Amino acid sequence: MTFIRLISGCFLAVLLTACQTPVTGEAGAERDANLYDALGQRAGIEAIVEDLMYLIVDDTRIAFQFRGLDVNRFHSRLSDQICGLAGGPCRYTGRSMAESHQAMAITETQFNALVENLVLALERNGISTAAQNQLLAQLAPMHGDIVAP
Amino acid sequence: MTLARDLPMAMILVLALATHVQGAPGSRLWATGGVTTIEGTAGGGLVPWALLSGYASDEEWGGTLALSRAEVDDFTLGFAGVTVNWRNRLELSAGRQTLDLGTLGATLGQDELAQDIFGAKARLAGDVLYGTYGQWSLGLQHKRNRHFTVPSAVGARDESGTDIYLSGSKLFFAALASRNLLVNLTARGTRANQGGLLGFGGDRSRAHELMLEASVALFMNRHWLAGVEYRQKPDNLSFAEEDDWHDLFVAWVPDRRLAVTAAFVDLGGIAGLPDQRGVYLSLQGSF
Ligand code: HEM
Repeated sequence: MTFIRLISGCFLAVLLTACQTPVTGEAGAERDANLYDALGQRAGIEAIVEDLMYLIVDDTRIAFQFRGLDVNRFHSRLSDQICGLAGGPCRYTGRSMAESHQAMAITETQFNALVENLVLALERNGISTAAQNQLLAQLAPMHGDIVAP
Repeated sequence: MTLARDLPMAMILVLALATHVQGAPGSRLWATGGVTTIEGTAGGGLVPWALLSGYASDEEWGGTLALSRAEVDDFTLGFAGVTVNWRNRLELSAGRQTLDLGTLGATLGQDELAQDIFGAKARLAGDVLYGTYGQWSLGLQHKRNRHFTVPSAVGARDESGTDIYLSGSKLFFAALASRNLLVNLTARGTRANQGGLLGFGGDRSRAHELMLEASVALFMNRHWLAGVEYRQKPDNLSFAEEDDWHDLFVAWVPDRRLAVTAAFVDLGGIAGLPDQRGVYLSLQGSF
């Protein structure tokens, strides 16, 4: 009885540690499962992305870029991406950042506007400054692929 | 002009102008325009950063208005100036710096030293947040003394001079206790004595010399940052030794329109009076 409990306890511990083992991300940075928790896991991330989308629609600097967007696909892909970057159990299956953004002629102004809205969405969801910064550290290297040269 | 009397007025003026010139300041992220140095460019208090002033991004223009004051043991250093930023590519600045001579003024028969400073700073490459190698800018500061009697009497050679500097700035996300860290390095060619307030060149040297300046700032969050600065200075006048400058600052950026900076500054010896330390306060409005 105790033995079985011990075994299953170990099994769980092994599983958990396996989940938390840092994996090397797209940008070569270390992922940290603590960030996934700090963002409120999958449900928290989906709420953040939803708030981000509301902010985008209201932002005249960038709303036009998102006209005609497949809202559900964008929501699930961005949620997958953030979840994966944060060390969560998700895999991003969308197109590369370069591929999905290159036709849009995205300017620095537009990129800054989107990051501003993301920070506001994170704040609305009560995400700590530390977790915000860790997420931005993962996203910042994508700038080069997203903004038009 | 005293700080207590002029501060509320200045605050109202800065805010009113900042809110009326243009609907909203530009799109760059909060506090990424730095504050305004005592020479009128975007930076910390004493050291220029590679950032351009205000919040204009690549499709925008903007700028700042600033008013600063440092009260050290025997002097008061004041600055008032304006900048414009065109598309986060070029910053132009103009301002006036004064050094109230206090007790020394009576001896010298002059109340203050003053100079006008016209600056230009161009972003050469990169981006402070997103550039792998940070952001690099090249700047000029053309300074002209308004009264040359005192500088000339202590051995200054010229009443105007131009500093040229190269700055690099980079923000490291989540670098220290998951807080963002901003690092700035500036190399300046200058022959200014006490930043130019005591003229340019002297009996010891008339040539431009290379000086290094650095500052580091940690963002507690997007409204508060604290940091340290160091500025190396030349020593061209044999009448009194000139020291390097240091400061320890805290800046509060409640929103893009306003920034308030407070610092402890150590200006070293000035005109033979040693250990000039005190408090610095600066207000900046952005439009
Ligand atoms: C760090 C910044 C950004 C990240 C992490 C990001 C992430 C993503 C992701 C994951 C997708 C889904 C790609 C796919 O469906 O295969 C996407 C699509 C899209 N992004 Fe971004 N993006 C960023 C910046 C921007 C900016 C600045 C704009 C425009 C102002 C923008 C506009 C769009 C649009 C319109 C789509 C839909 C494209 C389509 O379905 O054809 N993104 N983005």
